[in-house]
Amino acid sequence: MEFGNSGSLREDGIHLDMDRLKKGEVNLGTSIMAVTFKDGVILGADSRTTTGAYIANRVTDKLTQVHDTIWCCRSGSAADTQAVADIVKYQLELFAMRNGKPPTTQTAGAIFQEICYDNKDRLSAGLIIAGWDERHGGQVYSIPLGGSLHKQPYSIGGSGSTYIYGYCDANWREGMEEADAVDFVKGALKEAIKWDGSSGGVIRMVVLTAEGADRHLYLPDTDYKVRHV
Amino acid sequence: MTSIGTGYDLANSIFSPDGRNFQVEYAVKAVENGGTSIGIRCKDGVVLAVEKIVTSKLLKQSANKRIATVDRHLGVAFSGMIPDGRHFIDRARDEARAWRDTFKTPISTADLASRMGGYMQAYTLYQSVRPFGITAIVGGFDSTEAAPVDGEVGSGPSCGAGGKVLGKTHGGPFLYMIEPSGLYWGYYGAATGKGRQSAKAELEKLDLGGPAGPALTLEEAVKEAARIIYVAHDDSKDKEFELEMTWISGADGPTKGLHQEVPKALREEAERLAKKSLEDDEEEEPKEEKMEE
Repeated sequence: MEFGNSGSLREDGIHLDMDRLKKGEVNLGTSIMAVTFKDGVILGADSRTTTGAYIANRVTDKLTQVHDTIWCCRSGSAADTQAVADIVKYQLELFAMRNGKPPTTQTAGAIFQEICYDNKDRLSAGLIIAGWDERHGGQVYSIPLGGSLHKQPYSIGGSGSTYIYGYCDANWREGMEEADAVDFVKGALKEAIKWDGSSGGVIRMVVLTAEGADRHLYLPDTDYKVRHV
Repeated sequence: MTSIGTGYDLANSIFSPDGRNFQVEYAVKAVENGGTSIGIRCKDGVVLAVEKIVTSKLLKQSANKRIATVDRHLGVAFSGMIPDGRHFIDRARDEARAWRDTFKTPISTADLASRMGGYMQAYTLYQSVRPFGITAIVGGFDSTEAAPVDGEVGSGPSCGAGGKVLGKTHGGPFLYMIEPSGLYWGYYGAATGKGRQSAKAELEKLDLGGPAGPALTLEEAVKEAARIIYVAHDDSKDKEFELEMTWISGADGPTKGLHQEVPKALREEAERLAKKSLEDDEEEEPKEEKMEE
């Protein structure tokens, strides 16, 4: 276990932990977001995965399905977030079979939180859970580093998100049409990719509505203008 | 019961040749000797009522409750062996708590009934145990609002939940009855114990079913429940009894979604009406004509 000494408590009692990853660990230095709109919810992410300065994968899929219409955006350690998503996916499948009905987004959020909180000292995972269910419509939950659970109308996360707080606050509206919401997510992620060195590559989205899940892909080659399938 | 005494009634986990489990049937007999319990599912809630037979004047009045709260929104009444009922309630509380721990949201009435049905059934399978000597009535009100999440930071946004299915309702009042075999059904009105026959006859007269849902309101149901317990009580068998009643409404009703004892004033009013109704019925009966000379 080779952690830096940045996790230790300083003389003045201030705890600084800037470097949570092990040396050489694959990091999703990331821009992720999820946004509710009129008919449901949209998840969006860039596609850059790094090990330090090296781009380990330029077309990563950070949007992970954990149930039919419940997905999550992963940021932090690739290994940790994949492992957590795998466990939750299993739990939700079991839930659906046992109870004869699909889990709600909040059930998924609760299971994610349990894992993230119980293992907070060992994980570096910043997750955004977004889902659509008949009872609650589109919902967004965010689980930041400590393992707390927050219900939000929209959420942004990852290193790139710091650059787009102003953009999102100025441009997000309640009850947007699907096309407007897609444009909003794309506009925000374009800015995040532009300013954040650890974000880049393509823009991926998943639109969740009563109709199910619909994937979008936008490439930098066409300035993210054209939707590729 | 011609096969009694042939040895097939000595243990669980042994069927009789005609496919019966006598231990379970005997457990049902234990229930049939217990004080009457009823449950009414009405328009805006659930009412549970029991006829608590007073076995001794040395017992404190209104102590030793027979209806228990299992979670904030769930209540259980039972007829039959009281220690068995207490254990059942302990287990129901564990199940409700475990559900909250795992899923961070209250257990639904249907899910609790399913868990407890499974638990009762397990006691019909093994040599080392006997079936429960109770029939339990489970009443609950599942939140009609967005299901709350335990452990969420803040109450969340009031906006942003898009694409709900319009016109679809969720949650509401629910009532289940679980028998010693582990069999359980959802009911509009449920009755068990000594006076179940007359209680069922009275329940059937109420407007509880139908495609439009029950017409009976909570307050009416409280009064009907009291009356039915009084009707079902048999003076010749047990002299003294206490009426115990609880109710559960939605968040906008009198109990604000909680399972609670019916307030004393309302219960006493309901008892007064119940006694009056019984007296009126007696008067209506045609007097025996005396032969006179």
